[in-house]
Amino acid sequence: MAEALIPKIALPTLDPGAIGAAAPVELIEVENLSLFYGAARALKDIHFRIHERVVTALIGPSGCGKSTLLRCFNRMNDLIDGVRIEGAVKIGGHDIHGPDVDAIELRKRVGMVFQKSNPFPKSIHENIAYALRLHGIRKKSELDAIVEESLRGAALWDEVKDRLHTSALGLSGGQQQRVCIARAIAIKPEIILMDEPASALDPIATAKIEDLILDLKKDYTIVIVTHNMQQAARISDYTAFFYLGELIEYDRTRKIFTHPAKKQTEDYVTGRFG
Amino acid sequence: MGIHRGHRARPLEWLAEKLIFGVSLSAILVIFLIFLFVAREALPIFLGRMNSAPVQPVVPVEDMDKLSPAELRRYLELTEKQYAEMDRETLRSLMEIKLEALRELPEEFRTDKDASVNTTQWRYLLLPYQWTGYDKPVHIWQPVGNIRKYNVIPLIVGSLKTTMVGLLFSVPLAVLAAIYVSQLARPRVRELTKPAIELLSGIPSVVVGVFALLVMATVLQGMFGYETRLNAFVAGIALGFAVIPIVFSIAEDALTSVPQTYTQGALALGASKWQAAWQIVLPAALPGVFAAVVLGFGRAIGETMIVLMVCSASVMSWSLFDSARSITTTIAAEMAEAVAGGHHYRMLFMLGAVLFAVTFVSNMAGDLIIHRLKGRLEGKRG
Amino acid sequence: MTATSSSSPARRRGFQAERFDFSSFFFSGLTGLATVLILAILVAILLNIVLNGWDGLSWRFISTIPRKDFFDPDTTGILPMIIGTTIRVFVMTLFVIPVGVITAIYLTEYASHTSPLTRIIRGAVNNLAGVPSIVFGLFGAGFFINFVGRNLDAVLQSAKPTWGQPALVWASLTLAVMTLPVVIVATEESLRAIPMGLREASLALGATKLETILKIVLPQALPGIMTGGILAVSRAAGEVAPILFTGVAYYMASLPTRLTDPFMDLGYHVYVLSTQSPNIEKTRPILYATVLVLLVLTFALNFVAILIRARVRKRLRALH
Repeated sequence: MAEALIPKIALPTLDPGAIGAAAPVELIEVENLSLFYGAARALKDIHFRIHERVVTALIGPSGCGKSTLLRCFNRMNDLIDGVRIEGAVKIGGHDIHGPDVDAIELRKRVGMVFQKSNPFPKSIHENIAYALRLHGIRKKSELDAIVEESLRGAALWDEVKDRLHTSALGLSGGQQQRVCIARAIAIKPEIILMDEPASALDPIATAKIEDLILDLKKDYTIVIVTHNMQQAARISDYTAFFYLGELIEYDRTRKIFTHPAKKQTEDYVTGRFG
Repeated sequence: MGIHRGHRARPLEWLAEKLIFGVSLSAILVIFLIFLFVAREALPIFLGRMNSAPVQPVVPVEDMDKLSPAELRRYLELTEKQYAEMDRETLRSLMEIKLEALRELPEEFRTDKDASVNTTQWRYLLLPYQWTGYDKPVHIWQPVGNIRKYNVIPLIVGSLKTTMVGLLFSVPLAVLAAIYVSQLARPRVRELTKPAIELLSGIPSVVVGVFALLVMATVLQGMFGYETRLNAFVAGIALGFAVIPIVFSIAEDALTSVPQTYTQGALALGASKWQAAWQIVLPAALPGVFAAVVLGFGRAIGETMIVLMVCSASVMSWSLFDSARSITTTIAAEMAEAVAGGHHYRMLFMLGAVLFAVTFVSNMAGDLIIHRLKGRLEGKRG
Repeated sequence: MTATSSSSPARRRGFQAERFDFSSFFFSGLTGLATVLILAILVAILLNIVLNGWDGLSWRFISTIPRKDFFDPDTTGILPMIIGTTIRVFVMTLFVIPVGVITAIYLTEYASHTSPLTRIIRGAVNNLAGVPSIVFGLFGAGFFINFVGRNLDAVLQSAKPTWGQPALVWASLTLAVMTLPVVIVATEESLRAIPMGLREASLALGATKLETILKIVLPQALPGIMTGGILAVSRAAGEVAPILFTGVAYYMASLPTRLTDPFMDLGYHVYVLSTQSPNIEKTRPILYATVLVLLVLTFALNFVAILIRARVRKRLRALH
């Protein structure tokens, strides 16, 4: 049945994950993870492993728990009252909910880009410098250098280099989002979590962000939540499909979109339900 | 706008709408009336038309016709209306009364140079003057006695002393607490603490005054060991109690209105809750916090009962640990003794008018800032 | 893709904090301390009043009309003060609630948001909220007594000044003016909370705008209006400065019976007891007892009205 599927989306002909002799390293291990908001169960027994330096997409209809899962990786769910976790999330072999783990330290190494861009009401330079100062980098020359490096890394330098000290809020939506990305990569995290980073942007800005992600994956591990399947197909190496809080299928992107193993996955990627 | 009427108004409804509109102008009307009627009583002082010198150049009754009507009216201290209503006989007897009163003053007094000073002139209201019996120029407010001294500087200093102490005490406490409740506390703690602190504003100021008089004064004297038990410092701290809920409430609102996305962004970068609150949220909420302080200032400088119960003596002193009389307490304490229409009465109204002007301006400033802040936040969301 | 490094950085170290974040800990603690301190002040004041006032309280105390000597604990009483405070606050609500509610209705239902007049009205309301209470007292004396009262006497050709002197009605009006913003703001909030859909439904059935407001919107807004009334009452009951020149009397032999009578007042009595007592130690118990009664009255008025409000809410909810 899977063979009869007509791929609805054009896939890149080279699947990056297929090349390479060594087996990809597993960086994030999710082990039987369940999450409860009070009595309601939002994540049901999630179990899978995310590889290093690839782009992993979490897809599924809205409300299926993908954003919730993403926020588990940097313990942003701690901010919500009444959240309870069973199971474990391990990064680099360490349980991030362990007793000696400092959530702040965790967040310095697992960065996040939000759905709606949220630059601080400060200048572009200050937005990034703030993150650096949190890490103890204070010398002006160092700050300036890293700010430039990050903005280049976010493909924004040329557009803003003459207005670094103007408010970041004066930029377009797509530019603001790239400031947020620059801010996130400035502190050189190992993992970048992206929660629907382009959903509020127009197609041109979206394309720029997607190119950026493909570029970033050389140095960072990226986990991206998206409800846009074409986007997932374009930029991700691995895809995990969620439905109603459960992980239905997780595999290389090419496989998920051409011959998925489960019918549910197939129905979703062919658009039979939203 | 509510909902559009969507139909033509029938006469009764049209009338009702006009009535509603009319009643709504009441707020504007009241502010205007306050201005008008407080300033009206104080106007003669502002215009320099009152003369409080007990000894004035005497005009013999026979010379009554030598004065022009305007001069005569001024001499007898009558308003135009009163003057117009009086006939010649009445005016004559008034002049005789004035002569009598002047003759009744003791001899030494009449030769005292201060006796012929019009103490309601601006020069005496603001600048120091060396009165008879003093060895140097002083600012003094002493409306009793033959020579009434109306220098307002001691009162202004008194008001400022207590207000500054009150603000210095309450603003840091209130803002820190606002940061805690708004940014750092768990939601359940927040739900309980916020209304509890606002409960403080429900305590009437007389009650705070009693507490300050009987408890705080002794406690603070024990802590700091100064001489006068009831002084501006104690009054200031008690004033602070009354100001804390206002500053807290507005500052907390301002901090909570800062979009959560900023906090989340900061936390995601690895900031601690305190760092996010202090470095990101507070700067963004600064206009609102500033407005809170401005409105707290207005409340502090306008407070009467607390200071009235704690301090009573009017002493011109910059020291915090001396007693102080503020503008508000002076009005409250002395109005009962002031003759209606007399210069003391009008001086008190003048003080009230000045106080009203000061709080009017500071409240406008505070509201403008909050209005602009709200506009900015809403504009951004939209 | 590059081959994996033998030990990626994540494996080398866990996520322990490098060093203890002293400054965050210290400053967070400071803010918590500030909060606790403020609450401690609140508790201290309340406890001090309750503990000291409880002993001096007695049924006799509350129900006696005192003779001129207030300071003798055995013979004095505060009945006229309680009554005076209650009456003046009650008369105040008769004035402030209609005017406040109508103004709020205008601002929410009729006024254009952008017109300069609306902004001036709002500005005036906000400003009114910040006027010092003693200035209200001066206003009451200068306007109500000296202008309105005196002219009323002239018009009525009274033999002796009845309206042109400190009286219950003038004090109540002064307080009404002072608490107007409280009622307006509370009413406005509750009107705004009512969804537009309700008004639309009413108009669609053929009701006029006025009918909609009177029959649909206002009843829904009742709890909010009551909140405003409560807050106004609670605030006015404790205020002394505005009534100093407009109606409070140091001593009255009998209870006030007419609008033109002066009255005695709890808050003012507290002031008198604390500053004019010849022997503060002897007066202490009655002072505290009076303060306790004032506090209880302010809070009790609050509480009763909250109860009413809750019941109205329940009834309105049952209508839906």
